[in-house]
Amino acid sequence: MARAVSPRRKLMNTTFAWAIGLLIFFPILWTILTSFKTEAQAIASPPIFLGFDWTLENYSVVMERSNYGRFLWNSIIIAGGSTILGCIIAVPAAWSMAFVPSKRTKDILLWMLSTKMLPAVGVLYPIYLLFIQMGLLDSRAGLVIVLMLINLPIIIWMLYTYFKEIPGEILEAARMDGAGLKEELLYVLTPMAIPGIASTLLLNFILAWNEAFWTLNLTAAKAAPLTAFIASYSSPEGLFFAKLSAASTMAIAPILILGWFSQKQLVRGLTFGAVK
Amino acid sequence: MSLKSTLGAATALALITASGAFADGHSKTITIATVNNGDMIRMQGYTDNFTEATGIAVEWVTLEENVLRQRVTTDITTKGGQFDIMTIGMYETPIWGANGWLVPLDDLSAEYDVGDILPAMAGGLSHEGTLFAAPFYGESSMIMYRTDLMEAAGMEMPDAPTWEFIAEAAAAMTDRDNEINGICLRGKAGWGEGGAFITAMSNSFGARWFDEDWNAQFDTEQWANTLNFYKSMMDASGPAGYATNGFNENLNLFQQGKCGMWIDATVAASFVTNPDDSTVADSVGFALAPDTGLGKRSNWLWAWALGIPAGTEQEAEAKQFIEWATSKDYIELVAANEGWANVPPGARTSLYENPEYQKVPFAKMTLDSILSADPTDSTVEPSPYVGIQFAAIPEFAGIATEVSQEFSAAYAGQQTVEEALAKAQAITNEAMEAAGYR
Repeated sequence: MARAVSPRRKLMNTTFAWAIGLLIFFPILWTILTSFKTEAQAIASPPIFLGFDWTLENYSVVMERSNYGRFLWNSIIIAGGSTILGCIIAVPAAWSMAFVPSKRTKDILLWMLSTKMLPAVGVLYPIYLLFIQMGLLDSRAGLVIVLMLINLPIIIWMLYTYFKEIPGEILEAARMDGAGLKEELLYVLTPMAIPGIASTLLLNFILAWNEAFWTLNLTAAKAAPLTAFIASYSSPEGLFFAKLSAASTMAIAPILILGWFSQKQLVRGLTFGAVK
Repeated sequence: MSLKSTLGAATALALITASGAFADGHSKTITIATVNNGDMIRMQGYTDNFTEATGIAVEWVTLEENVLRQRVTTDITTKGGQFDIMTIGMYETPIWGANGWLVPLDDLSAEYDVGDILPAMAGGLSHEGTLFAAPFYGESSMIMYRTDLMEAAGMEMPDAPTWEFIAEAAAAMTDRDNEINGICLRGKAGWGEGGAFITAMSNSFGARWFDEDWNAQFDTEQWANTLNFYKSMMDASGPAGYATNGFNENLNLFQQGKCGMWIDATVAASFVTNPDDSTVADSVGFALAPDTGLGKRSNWLWAWALGIPAGTEQEAEAKQFIEWATSKDYIELVAANEGWANVPPGARTSLYENPEYQKVPFAKMTLDSILSADPTDSTVEPSPYVGIQFAAIPEFAGIATEVSQEFSAAYAGQQTVEEALAKAQAITNEAMEAAGYR
């Protein structure tokens, strides 16, 4: 039974939640607003919030100078490819760890997580040399593999946690009814785990989209995604904040839109268990 | 759909999307790594002229300066072959040239007129007399000051002031009520930010990084004088939070009319005198970087230059591009389209002999600043290194970044100047010992 909440308390909670939400969103909002200012307005002191002459000039300059479509396409391919490959490997791995654990399952899970603690720059040279040998430098295939490997521990952990909440008895019952491994995974486990799988994939897609170490260090002209697009507008000598903001807005827009439309699934998958 | 076919389809989709690259219509394409500086961006806009003339297409990889350094260093040391031309500075060029990582530019055409490159620039981009990168634009540092505020303070800026005069003028120009700081200087940690400034400043106070046996010199009176002078002047007349200010932060303050003086890169002159961006464009004067009468000024020397990594398969095409981009013709192309104030400065002698360019207000002071900087003789007492705001040894960037962090902590009041210098001495000696210099 739901606890009764007074209207005053409800108003306070709502106001507090909105305040926190706005605080978190403010840097993005400021970036978007700055992208419509002139360079002089972008650095004005005191800062101008809304009272400026809105201009699309920065977007026009960015579109003229950079091939945005190519960066965007690379981001979609790299984030999408690494997510799909990661899912193909992670679902069976998480299933086996959740339902047929061995003595070493916990150790393997912890070991996988420990790989996330290694600073990326520590393995830059070995990975770079491997990529040279394999001809994967500046290729989308190379980045798909690297980003998949980087995010794999998170995907497996999330799916493992999610699968663990599914009672083993349900799968046993399916087996008693004659379901094989294929039917068990496809018709029993997957439908129950779809919200969890979807939110895991979405999160992985966002992580891969935003990854800015390997995507900058392993690409040059052909496979560079939107992170490289943003980096190309950062200047050590010169104030080009409005153009940088326009580039940033263009880079985050697709993922913001995706997040906006899928927020319900994302929140549901991250906060609810498999069995409700 | 069966599980097997579902997995198969997903794998195929992943592999298909992952493979392939964008085809290019040109038979020859060179890839150039560069920084997002105004002159570099302008050059990208004229790339079509080069492609039309030669049939060689150009792919640009533009990165933030620190990312670019890491990226090109990784590539050149592993022979990754990702770039046919790299934009590098005066620090990397002689070191990489000595290691055989760069193609010598010793066979440039007669029309290119390599002898026209300013001697200071050619010297800084060479190793044992061989040029390894061609300067696209060069810079020194100088004083940019507000002529109206200086006049209101009842003072007159000499062409070659002393630090004592600068401190006095800064105090006189400071007006806290109106948010005007007498002087803005870099304090931000980083060997290329505050580290570069304080090293160049220390030269004028008679300090040096190393003695002739590569012993650190931070325990000397000259370094104590440098840091104490800097800190007391900035505490009295500098902006709040100066310990975290770099080039861009100070440019912003100056353009907003909040600095009486700013000592920084000569390339900033075109920004602060541009009425579109600067609120004080009409009242900016220039002077040489200050000294203390010891024979060395506190200006530095830097060039963004184009070099070819050894092992590139497109060496001839890369050389063609470098000859085009750093030529006299390119300067004239930019001048014809965008005016003389926008041509890449500081690289060629002929530019400063051009009567049209001499009309640009900051041209003379830029040239005088460049000519007064000598990377081979930057310190009052003899030193074993080449470089003014850096020592051209591979270990310097790492050491100077750590040292500048200690200095910034002292500026911010987190430790005393004496503590910062003691730490700098220990850090430097330890690193030099580990590297086998001592």
